[in-house]
Amino acid sequence: MPPLVGDALAAFILLNAVVGMVTYVTLLERKFAARMQSRIGPYRVGPHGLLQPIADALKLMMKEDIVPRAADRWVYNLAPIAFLIPCVLIFATIPFAPRLGLADLNIGVLFFLAVSSLEIVGLFMGGWGSNNKYALLSAMRAVNQIISYDLPFVFAALIPVVLAGSLQMSAIVAAQQGLWFVFYPVIGQLGFVAFLVATLAAENRVPFDILEAESELVAGFRVEYSGMKFAIIQLGEYAHMIASSFLGALLFLGGWLGPGSDVPAVGVLWFVLKALLVFLVVTWVRWSFVRIRVDQILAVSWKLLLPATVGLLLVTAFWVAWRGAPGA
Amino acid sequence: MADSEARKVIELGYGGNERLVMNMGPQHPSAHGVFRAILTLEGETVVAVDAVIGYLHRCHEKLGEMLTYVQYPTIASKTDYVAAMTAELAYVTAVEKVASFEVPKRAQYLRVMVAELQRVASHCLWLGTWCLDMGGALGGGATVFLYCIRERELVLDLFESLTGARLLYGFHQIGGTRYDVPPGWAQTCRETIALIEQRVDEYEAMLEDNAFFLVRTQGVGVIHPALAQEVGISGPLARGSGIDFDLRRAEPYSSYQDFDFKVPVETAGDCYARYRVRMQEFRESIKIVRQVLDGLPEGPISSRPGVKSVGQVRVPKGEGYSRVEGARGEIGFYIVSDGGPKPYRMKVRGASFSNLAILPHIIPGCKIADVVAIMGSVDPVFGEVDR
Repeated sequence: MPPLVGDALAAFILLNAVVGMVTYVTLLERKFAARMQSRIGPYRVGPHGLLQPIADALKLMMKEDIVPRAADRWVYNLAPIAFLIPCVLIFATIPFAPRLGLADLNIGVLFFLAVSSLEIVGLFMGGWGSNNKYALLSAMRAVNQIISYDLPFVFAALIPVVLAGSLQMSAIVAAQQGLWFVFYPVIGQLGFVAFLVATLAAENRVPFDILEAESELVAGFRVEYSGMKFAIIQLGEYAHMIASSFLGALLFLGGWLGPGSDVPAVGVLWFVLKALLVFLVVTWVRWSFVRIRVDQILAVSWKLLLPATVGLLLVTAFWVAWRGAPGA
Repeated sequence: MADSEARKVIELGYGGNERLVMNMGPQHPSAHGVFRAILTLEGETVVAVDAVIGYLHRCHEKLGEMLTYVQYPTIASKTDYVAAMTAELAYVTAVEKVASFEVPKRAQYLRVMVAELQRVASHCLWLGTWCLDMGGALGGGATVFLYCIRERELVLDLFESLTGARLLYGFHQIGGTRYDVPPGWAQTCRETIALIEQRVDEYEAMLEDNAFFLVRTQGVGVIHPALAQEVGISGPLARGSGIDFDLRRAEPYSSYQDFDFKVPVETAGDCYARYRVRMQEFRESIKIVRQVLDGLPEGPISSRPGVKSVGQVRVPKGEGYSRVEGARGEIGFYIVSDGGPKPYRMKVRGASFSNLAILPHIIPGCKIADVVAIMGSVDPVFGEVDR
């Protein structure tokens, strides 16, 4: 098989896996939220509602696609794609088991962080192109928030990088062979919490979901989107969320390491389980808190999270300089 | 900033003083009905607000002139449809005052009981929707909302077994009540209120230890006591601003003087203070319901039993105003009678209508997110605002 065809095939499989994961993660979240709220959740479509995501996807495909007359058509129509591409692209660097990934770049973490923040372009295009005041305000908030939270996100993600002495994802996992980074005293736990908070903000989830803010801005930047375009935006958002969960599991929870992880299939299972754990923590937070205001979000970022993550990173760096990197 | 200056809009400009006019409503997830707030925004900050009401106007005052004293109480419940029992109660007490009808003691106690249960149900809905406003339908707010609706349903179940209806009851009639408590109802009621009392503790634990909830409510939408009196707000809204006034204690109607209860007052005047007042009212209402169940006297439930025709109740010539403490504040009915079976003129004072008038005073200067938090804490019901 020529290498190009092999890569294309791998990418095709990964893309479909991502889409399948997204659809079923929505079901997981709905079931989880329903249990929190003493409800049952989706139950009617298929056994225990297992076909609900497929029904939802079909419904969204068949919905009428409405473009507002006043919208900037090019920007409006391109925005969902511009939003989706970075959200899916970040999966390329994630290795799911040793040598089981699309591209285990030697700057994997950097690539992930850089590309994941590109979603703001699509988001702003959607908010601007819709020509709707709610969407515009939401786009403004989005820019504000992403700028504020990318820094703590990067600094929190750099802690494991410094500990492992490498930007390559597989090397970071290999460095956790002895002890997962989250179990490193103080640094690991605080770093993981900071990472989770920054992830919440980067994914625009409650309590940081001011872009969507359905009780103020109705649905924010996607208020004018319908049908498949709306579905693509949803898909991108959830893909980003899952990718961030995988990153969290990889950076702090030891990736695919676990009993029996020498077998690639078991390793993948461990990795998915850990990522789901991160995802469920994020979901748990989402369904228990109220949203905070835009000025408070910025204050949390600049006054608390940024100094804290920078401090943690410095402490980690000094520690590594003094004792040597555990992974090196 | 002068009001006219605050409303000046420059949508395109480069001086950093661009303003945006945004319609919030009439169809908006946080409008609590059909309410339109025209916001003038400077970035995220609201500099002016125009409130537009009237989307739910149903000519209640004219209806009051067209329908007889026997017919109207069920329609009165459609003014404040979230707390229908107190709206009905306000109408019948006004008519009874004009006509000087006696109300048997048992009926008075039953009225107090349903009014207090209604307050609990209404506050449940308020807490749920308010958290929904702040937390979103896809967040922690929805969780609180569903918990609160669960408890409201229990109270509605009680009302259903009492009157057969869940939202608009027709429980009160001129001279008493239409229904007596069915057998076994008192026991169910005791169990329900005990459960709700326990759940109120759970809400408080969930919300008051939650830093996000506190930063969204404390210091937001402060109403100064002087402003509160000037605008004429009432109910929990006024009591959150340190105004110690409750009609149940100031002008006891329907035997409220027989019961022992506290009137919660908070002095901060912000959303959190209003929240605290209502949470304490939950407990006080439950306390009153318990006292009613303990001391419910025997006797007839109406001084005018057996309504045979819609024109049966006639009120002598005269006029009068009577007010009761609803879940949202003072509900008053002014009745002018010309001696016939219908009022000659009727005027309704809706608590939400007067309470809503506070919005233009406290919203300017807030962020958009605070607008919905403040509106939720005012707890308007648009059936009562527009009537």
